[in-house]
Amino acid sequence: MAETSTRIHNIGYRSYEGSRLGRAYARRSLYSQSLRGAYGLGRSAKSKVLPMLLFAVMCLPAAIIVAVAIAVPGSKDLPLKYTSYALYLQMVIGLYLASQAPQSVSRDLRFKTVPLYFSRPIERVDYVVAKYAAMVSALFILTAAPLLVMYIGALLAKFDFADQTKGFAQGMVSVLLLSLLFGGIGLVMAALTPRRGFGVAAVIALLVIPYGAVTAVQGVAYGTDNTGAIEWMGLFSPITLIDGVQTAFLGATSAFPGGYGPSAGTGVVYLLVVFALIAGSYAALMSRYRKAGL
Amino acid sequence: MYNPTVARLTYRALLGRRRALILFALPALLVLIAVAVRALTGVDDKVAADLLGGFALATMVPLIGVIAGTGAIGPEIDDGSIVYLLSKPVKRPTIIMTKLIVAIAVTMVFSAVPTLIAGFILNGNGQQIAIAYTVAALVASIAYSALFLLLGTVSRHAVVFGLVYALVWESLFGSLVEGAKTLSVQQWALALAEKISGEDTVSSAVSLPTAGILLAVVTVAATAYAGQKLRRLTLAGEE
Repeated sequence: MAETSTRIHNIGYRSYEGSRLGRAYARRSLYSQSLRGAYGLGRSAKSKVLPMLLFAVMCLPAAIIVAVAIAVPGSKDLPLKYTSYALYLQMVIGLYLASQAPQSVSRDLRFKTVPLYFSRPIERVDYVVAKYAAMVSALFILTAAPLLVMYIGALLAKFDFADQTKGFAQGMVSVLLLSLLFGGIGLVMAALTPRRGFGVAAVIALLVIPYGAVTAVQGVAYGTDNTGAIEWMGLFSPITLIDGVQTAFLGATSAFPGGYGPSAGTGVVYLLVVFALIAGSYAALMSRYRKAGL
Repeated sequence: MYNPTVARLTYRALLGRRRALILFALPALLVLIAVAVRALTGVDDKVAADLLGGFALATMVPLIGVIAGTGAIGPEIDDGSIVYLLSKPVKRPTIIMTKLIVAIAVTMVFSAVPTLIAGFILNGNGQQIAIAYTVAALVASIAYSALFLLLGTVSRHAVVFGLVYALVWESLFGSLVEGAKTLSVQQWALALAEKISGEDTVSSAVSLPTAGILLAVVTVAATAYAGQKLRRLTLAGEE
């Protein structure tokens, strides 16, 4: 009797037969979503304000420079080098990184969504690479856009084409290096804490404090005619590292006191330190996510 | 107006685990630089005043103020755990006052003490420079804490706005636009330092009575408004 009353009902479960988009697709999605998120796209209106405002603040001086260069009769060149631009606006770049790096990684840690990412067909390396690449791209857009404005303006003003293109290319290499360095540092600091506020403070502290310290000590060294020490001090803060590299290799004018930037020989050390920091940030992120959120 | 339990919780939120690292790193760096500069140049009143004014008072004090001021209340509002505190029979202004006292204490300890030590290392308190900047750091701690605590209750991006004020407004606009200096905590604190040390080593853009009045007004108004703000706090979701 029991045999006849039990029965398996078919309630219409079906197996998935569509195409599996796979690991590369998941990685690409994570990258594009993180990049959009860094400018507040796809997020609430309130979270668009800050990145868009900083982007506008970043581009405005470039537009003014171009306007002035075109308005002044007989000018042959832009009043500011492409490579100097990011150095002047380093505070804006710092604030952008400090506000967006934590939103990119801290929330995943705080709401414990990291394990959910890894339930998809992505590996730890995909997550780290996608987040790192997105942050670097966002910073590159932020720093390269004003240079592009300046370049287009310079071409419209009929400044020397070869000269401008060379300067523009040097500026591009410099801001790419800056984006790689800053993005790495910012993400490492942000990934250390699930609290967004502390992440912001940690990122800005790491950018501003060493810079303040280096500039103060360089000023003292300059004031006491100890000029040989100045080029070595620059190794100890992110922005002076970039300054040093572009002074040595990219024809930039150093912002160090008295213009005592590093020579090509010292520049190699600068370049090595920059690459070591970039590789170090990547390694630190990889080890951070070994057990994150589990 | 002071609740020991709230104070204990705030101390733990500020100084617990890795957060204290940022707070310790800054003063340690200042003392390190002071030692390096002393070794490099010897005793020099001008260098001492430049370093204490340029690094300690202009960079370190506001940063510690931002971390302590917003850190005292910001994270709790951010993760919503403030509701457990608000549902207890403790007056909202008392919560703000307690958190303010804690923030001021933390900022003072981490900014004024290293300033004093660095001042003595740099020139052994010649021309009262160390004392002058220590007093300035103490006074600035109060105003910064009150200001950034208010920011913490008003905005989710308190740290960013605090940094914009401390770094962009005070340093950048303060050096470009003369009028902006009148509305700068740093200059108010410097007015006091000027009084102690004499005009040839420290100079401020505002006079002492103006600075005193503005300091008091800002501190009291910010605290009162923060208390009001907390009375009708709406918790927003994550953006």
